Amino acid sequence: MTITAPADAVERAVARPLVEIRRVRKSFGAHQVLRDISLDAPEGTVTVLLGPSGSGKSTLLRCINHLETIDGGRIMVDGELIGYRQTGHTTHEMTPRQIARQRRGIGMVFQRFNLFPHMTALENVTEAPTGVAGVPAAAAKARGLDLLDRVGLADFARHYPAQLSGGQQQRVAIARALAMSPKLMLFDEPTSALDPELVGDVLDVMRELARDGMTMIVVTHEIGFARGVADQVVFMDGGVVVESGDAAAVIDAPRRQRTRNFLESVR
Amino acid sequence: MTAIHQVSPVDASGTDDDVVAVPLRRPWRWVGAVAVLVLAGAFAASVATNPNLDFDAIGAFLVDPRILEGVGLTLLITFISMVVSTFLAIVIAAMRLSSNPVLSSVAWFYVWAFRGTPLLVQIVLWGYLGLLYDRITIGVPFTDIVFWSVDTNVLISAFTAGLLALTLNQAAYSSEIVRAGMMSVDEGQREAATSLGMSPLYTFRRVLLPQAMRVIIPPMGNETISMLKNTSLLSVIAVLELYTQASVISSQNLKQVELLIVASLWYLLMTSLLSIPQYYLERRFGRGASRTLPATPMQRLRRAIASRRPAPDPAPVTKEVGVV
Ligand SMILES: Nc1ncnc2c1ncn2[C@@H]1O[C@H](COP(=O)(O)OP(=O)(O)OP(=O)(O)O)[C@@H](O)[C@H]1O
Ligand SMILES: [Mg+2]
Repeated sequence: MTITAPADAVERAVARPLVEIRRVRKSFGAHQVLRDISLDAPEGTVTVLLGPSGSGKSTLLRCINHLETIDGGRIMVDGELIGYRQTGHTTHEMTPRQIARQRRGIGMVFQRFNLFPHMTALENVTEAPTGVAGVPAAAAKARGLDLLDRVGLADFARHYPAQLSGGQQQRVAIARALAMSPKLMLFDEPTSALDPELVGDVLDVMRELARDGMTMIVVTHEIGFARGVADQVVFMDGGVVVESGDAAAVIDAPRRQRTRNFLESVR
Repeated sequence: MTAIHQVSPVDASGTDDDVVAVPLRRPWRWVGAVAVLVLAGAFAASVATNPNLDFDAIGAFLVDPRILEGVGLTLLITFISMVVSTFLAIVIAAMRLSSNPVLSSVAWFYVWAFRGTPLLVQIVLWGYLGLLYDRITIGVPFTDIVFWSVDTNVLISAFTAGLLALTLNQAAYSSEIVRAGMMSVDEGQREAATSLGMSPLYTFRRVLLPQAMRVIIPPMGNETISMLKNTSLLSVIAVLELYTQASVISSQNLKQVELLIVASLWYLLMTSLLSIPQYYLERRFGRGASRTLPATPMQRLRRAIASRRPAPDPAPVTKEVGVV
C-alpha cells in the first residue's frame, strides 16, 4: 500500500493547481526511487520539499521538467502533459524539440549554480532568450540588466562566473532562469553549496520572487525559509510523500514519527 | 629605539634585523654556459667555413619559384587536411560518445584502424586505390542504379590521394582530442542548458563546444605542426610539396644538403608562424576560464624585462573578493 498526498492539501488549494503530479513512478535499474508520488502546487504558491538524502527530491524535481523520464503516472504543468503525448491509456515521449519548448516555461536553479563559465553574467542571462526564444538582442540585454538589478547584481553584468562569489553566481543563475519568463521555478537545494553568510542574499531573492506571485517548488534544508515562505510543505521519504500540508502544521506539529525524526535531525 | 625601519612589535628584540641576504654563488653555471658556447661556436664555424657547403645556392634556392610553389602546396594541403579532418573528428567524437552502440563501435573501429597503421602505408595505399577499384560510382548500394561514375585514376590524382590519406588519418587522432575535450565539460552544463529550453544541437554549439575548445586547442596546435611536417611524406606518391620539390631539384644539381637546409628553413618558418593563431585562439576560448587571460607577447616581454631588474616590494596581499 502506498501513501499518496493527503486530500486536504489538494482541497485547500484556492487557485487552480499549476503543477499536478499524479502517481509518478521512477526507477534507476532495480532501485525504485519514486513510488507513486502525487501532489499539487497551486498557482502562485511556494511548495517546499523536505526529506532525507536519497529520498528522491531531486529526482522528482528533475522529472517535472523532464530532465528525467518517468516510468508511470503523469505530470501536468499549466494543463499540459510534460514530456509525453497521451493517446488512450499510453503516453509517448515527445521529440527533444517539443520537450525543449515545454522547458522554456519552467525555470530551474541548481545546487551547483551551473552558470556558463565562458559567458559573462549578462550573457548567461541573455543567451536563452536571444538564442532559443527569438528575443531581439537589444531587448534581451535591457531585460537582462533589469533582472540582474533585481537580484542585486547590476554592477556585475560584465563579470565572468569565476569572478563572482558563490552567492552572486546563484543569484545570476536565478536571473538566468527568470529571463525565459517561466510560469514555474524549480530550486534544487539552491543554498546548500554556499557559505553560511551568503545564504541570506539568495533566500532574500527567493522570498521576493514568492511575494511577486511566482509559483515555486523548492528543495531545501532551510527550515526557517520553509516556515516563513512556504504555503505548503511536503515531506518525502523512501520515494513516497509521508506527510504534506500547511507549512506551520507540518513543521511545528508533524503528525508522523518519520517527519518528527527528520525535523529533529536538521534543526 | 633607534631603528630606522619600522619594526613590528614581535621583532623588537633589540637584535639587528636589517641583514643583507646574499644569494648562493653558482660558479658551475658559468663554466657550463661557457663550455656550451664554445662548442656551439666551433660547430657554427665548421659549418660556415665548410668549402663543401654552397651558401649562395642556399640563398638562391630559398626563393626559387619551384620551392615557393612547394611551400604553397604544403600550406594548402595542411590547411585543407586540418579543416576537413577537424569537422570529421567532431562527427566521429560525437558518434563515439553517442549511446547508439552501432555508431559508437563504428567510430571506435575507425580510430582503431587509422591510428593503428603507419601514415606512410596509408598514403601509399591511397595512391594505389586505382588498383583496387578501377571506377568510383555513386548510386544505390546493392542495386544497378548509378547516378555518377568515374575512372578512379582520373578522380584520385596523387594530390587527392595525399589529401585523403592525411585527412582521414588526422581525423582519427583529432577525434580523440575532441572527445577528451567534450568529456572535460561538466555534466551540469548540459543540464542547465537543457533546462533553459535549448535544443541538443544548440546546447552542443553554444555551451559545450566552446568550453571543450579550451581543452582541445593546445593539442590541436601540436597536431597542426605535425601535419605540416607530415606533408613531406607525400613525396612517396610524388605530390609536389616542399620536400618533393627540394628532392627533385637536388637530384638534378646534386646539392642535396643545401636543398635539405632550404626545406628545413622553410619548415621552421612555417611551424613558427603557426603558433601565432594558436595563441590567439587560446585567448579567445580562455575567456572566463581563469581570473586573468594569458598575457599577450608584449606583456610577457615587458614582464620578462621587469623580472631581470631587482624585484620591487611584493605587492600587498589583497583579499579575494567578489568585486574585481
Ligand atoms: N542518474 C541516476 N542513476 C542511478 N541512480 C540515481 C540517479 N540519480 C539518482 N539516483 C539515486 O536515486 C536516489 C534518489 O536520489 P535523489 O538525488 O533524488 O535524492 P535526494 O532526495 O535529492 O537526495 P539529496 O538530499 O542527497 O540531494 C538515490 O539513491 C540516488 O543514488
Ligand atoms: Mg538532491
